Amino acid sequence: MNFHLFPEQASSIASESDWMFWALTGLSALICVLVFLPLCWFALKYRRGRKVDRKMEDLPTWKIELTWTLIPFVLCMGIFAWSAEVFFRMETPPPDALEVNVVGKQWMWKLQHAEGAREINELHVPTGRPVKLMMTSQDVIHDFYVPAFRMKQDVVPGRYTTQWFVPTKPGRYRIFCAQYCGTTHSAMGGWAYVMEPHDYERWLAQGSPEPMAVQGETLFRRLGCTGCHSPGSKIHAPPLEGLYGRLVPLETKEFVTANDQYIRDSILLPASQITAGYQNLMPSFKGHISEEEIMQLIAYIKSIANKTPEGYSR
Amino acid sequence: MKAATAENYLSEHSVSSWLLTTDHKRIGILYLLSIIVYFAIAAVAAALMRIELLTPPADLVSAETYNKLFTLHGVLMVWFFLIPSIPAVLGNFVIPMMIGARDVAFPKLNLLSWYLFNIGGLCALYAVVWGGVDTGWTFYTPYSTTYANGHVVTMIMGVFIAGFGSILTGLNFIITIHKMRAPGMTWFRLPLFIWSLYATSLILVLATPVLAITLLAISVERLWGVGIFDPTLGGDPVLFQHMFWFYSHPAVYIMILPGMGVISELITCFSRKKIFGYHFVAFSSLAIAVIGFVVWGHHMFVSSQSVYAGMVFSILSFIVAVPSAIKVFNWTATLYKGSVAFDTPMLYALGFIGLFTIGGLTGLFLAAIAVDIHLHDTYFVIAHFHYIMVGGMVLSFMGGLHYWWPKITGRLYPEAMGRLAAMITFIGFNLTFFPQFLLGYLGQPRRYHAYPEEFQIFHVLSTAGASILGVGYLLPLLYFVWSLKYGKKAPANPWQATGLEWQTPSPPPRDNFDEIPIVTEDPYEYPAEAEAPPQPEPQHV
Repeated sequence: MNFHLFPEQASSIASESDWMFWALTGLSALICVLVFLPLCWFALKYRRGRKVDRKMEDLPTWKIELTWTLIPFVLCMGIFAWSAEVFFRMETPPPDALEVNVVGKQWMWKLQHAEGAREINELHVPTGRPVKLMMTSQDVIHDFYVPAFRMKQDVVPGRYTTQWFVPTKPGRYRIFCAQYCGTTHSAMGGWAYVMEPHDYERWLAQGSPEPMAVQGETLFRRLGCTGCHSPGSKIHAPPLEGLYGRLVPLETKEFVTANDQYIRDSILLPASQITAGYQNLMPSFKGHISEEEIMQLIAYIKSIANKTPEGYSR
Repeated sequence: MKAATAENYLSEHSVSSWLLTTDHKRIGILYLLSIIVYFAIAAVAAALMRIELLTPPADLVSAETYNKLFTLHGVLMVWFFLIPSIPAVLGNFVIPMMIGARDVAFPKLNLLSWYLFNIGGLCALYAVVWGGVDTGWTFYTPYSTTYANGHVVTMIMGVFIAGFGSILTGLNFIITIHKMRAPGMTWFRLPLFIWSLYATSLILVLATPVLAITLLAISVERLWGVGIFDPTLGGDPVLFQHMFWFYSHPAVYIMILPGMGVISELITCFSRKKIFGYHFVAFSSLAIAVIGFVVWGHHMFVSSQSVYAGMVFSILSFIVAVPSAIKVFNWTATLYKGSVAFDTPMLYALGFIGLFTIGGLTGLFLAAIAVDIHLHDTYFVIAHFHYIMVGGMVLSFMGGLHYWWPKITGRLYPEAMGRLAAMITFIGFNLTFFPQFLLGYLGQPRRYHAYPEEFQIFHVLSTAGASILGVGYLLPLLYFVWSLKYGKKAPANPWQATGLEWQTPSPPPRDNFDEIPIVTEDPYEYPAEAEAPPQPEPQHV
């Protein structure tokens, strides 16, 4: 029977998370001693039938109460500030992170790297570089959890959620689904392989797959998107060049940022957010396109974020 | 010592005298019998799960059965055991007597609550027998609305109906405490058990309707495909979590506040001391009830709720820890210069303080959002809430049941057996749940039917502990039943306790008091030991 008491640390945040865990454990142990020692001491010293001085002195009750209200309060606020700072960093991926797209379904993980490599129930990542997972589910809520990275995030149908980490130690670590998702929830896992960067490059180039953006462009043509969203089209449709990351004015006078979620919603629920100055002409692709394909289209639209639209009908 | 008067609330024996009773004491007993049944079924489910988890691969039951077992365990334990345990059993029995009333404000509604509770319970059991439900007690969408097979709607209706029982009980208690206190029983002369049940009742009345709406919304979506939570129908699955936890986090306090109330009674009685910091203990109950309504988002730190929402819920969760800490410190201080006796109820009370403290402190780990990311939905969470729910609520329920048993039945339970069972429970509990903290830290997710072999050692320890814990539960069941016939007759006040419920015979007459008492002093006015009458050594059987 193999077992260990400490989980492996394989990401840059793992040691920080553990530090806080053990600091809290130490603090809790101290508080336990501070409560249990007097408790046992009073209970034994003043046990019934024992001859001891039981005459109560006048205790400054209010001062005592305030002391043991304020000290825990201040301690709690201290822990909060510490953990909130770490949490904020955990939730803010750097812009240069490698992107891996993750789709959860009952009961497997389907992944695709921006460079095009696909894998199932496995995640290959290099050491020393931030990796960002862009995740969604095609059925129920799942949760992508690698204990060695100390990171976890629910994978929710209808939304994109992200998590990021910097892998630090080459090795093989377990992936779990941490949100109950049905019959074989406990079998919905796999392995995360952390590799040296050159090994990762070699792995990534296997079978020389097309990058997601290129696959997305092919799909963009195949689905007929170019019929409207292209220079010279007769139909008045918003150009997609330079769109990603921009603020888009809507008919409702609101503004939305054209992020992954916006693009996804525009493909599946085009009527929900009409760009100002355009008509509700786009058909919904709901049911005609998989979550993986939407991610490829997004990758394509992202890849033309720096282009300027030319030749569109006004 | 007065002999019990011939006529008491137990004198009538016919079935209809029980099923149509409006006596709060009898209704308390009806609740006790019902929750024992639900507890036993839920405990068997837990036992089966613990046996399955002895070995890493799936062997004893199928994955589907396992999922149904933990759903059954959760639903029955939460809604059909923990929530009614202290309020509906002990609360029903002692609240009117403690405040010097002849019954609750609405005796018929009280009986209706019990019927609603059991109709709900039978509905849930019907769903179980008819094929089971595998959603988990949390009914997360869209799994529960679209993907789960089984009798989700029947199960939900069970909880929905039982919820009305909860609401009526809460309402009944609030009005009883406001309007029916004996002359001289001012708010600050109320025993702390009353304060804690008052706070609990507020939560029952305010939170349970939200649960009802949420459950109804699931049913509407499941039956008629109205898109509320399922994104493919245009709904939002995370909305469900907000609604569910808006009820279920306050419900956590429904499951611990009454326990805290019992502990305040036990600690004072068995150390023969006035409670230290009465006002602080009383108001901390209300503080917990109020702040408890705004911390629900800490169940959703990894659900895709926004970073800032996460931080707000984190800080509020730290704040709600403070009033609990205040209670623990005050109970400890109460022992100072007391006269401490280690009778069975006191052993449970001391065990409560220990386990509740650990449960509370591990709650800080989960409120610390950066650490929670790792621990969320792992066995660490399971261990944490069992330290509160079992280590806290079940121990205080057992403590209270032993304490008031002579009053309820008119018989004494065998004290030595009681102490033995209390210690077995304490040891078994720790062995069951402490290893689960380590499991969670190592990353074992909850609700796993099969698991990697490196986790096995902790599961073996946990299952071993559960076997001991089982003995700790069975023993009291046996000697309580035994005591009904063979136990020594109980005097009116076997613990020499203050409190109006002890000033009436055991078992009490139908109307509790021959004459409504007039209250002239604060609660817990225990005489200093020097002045106390010499105590007869309790007779051990």
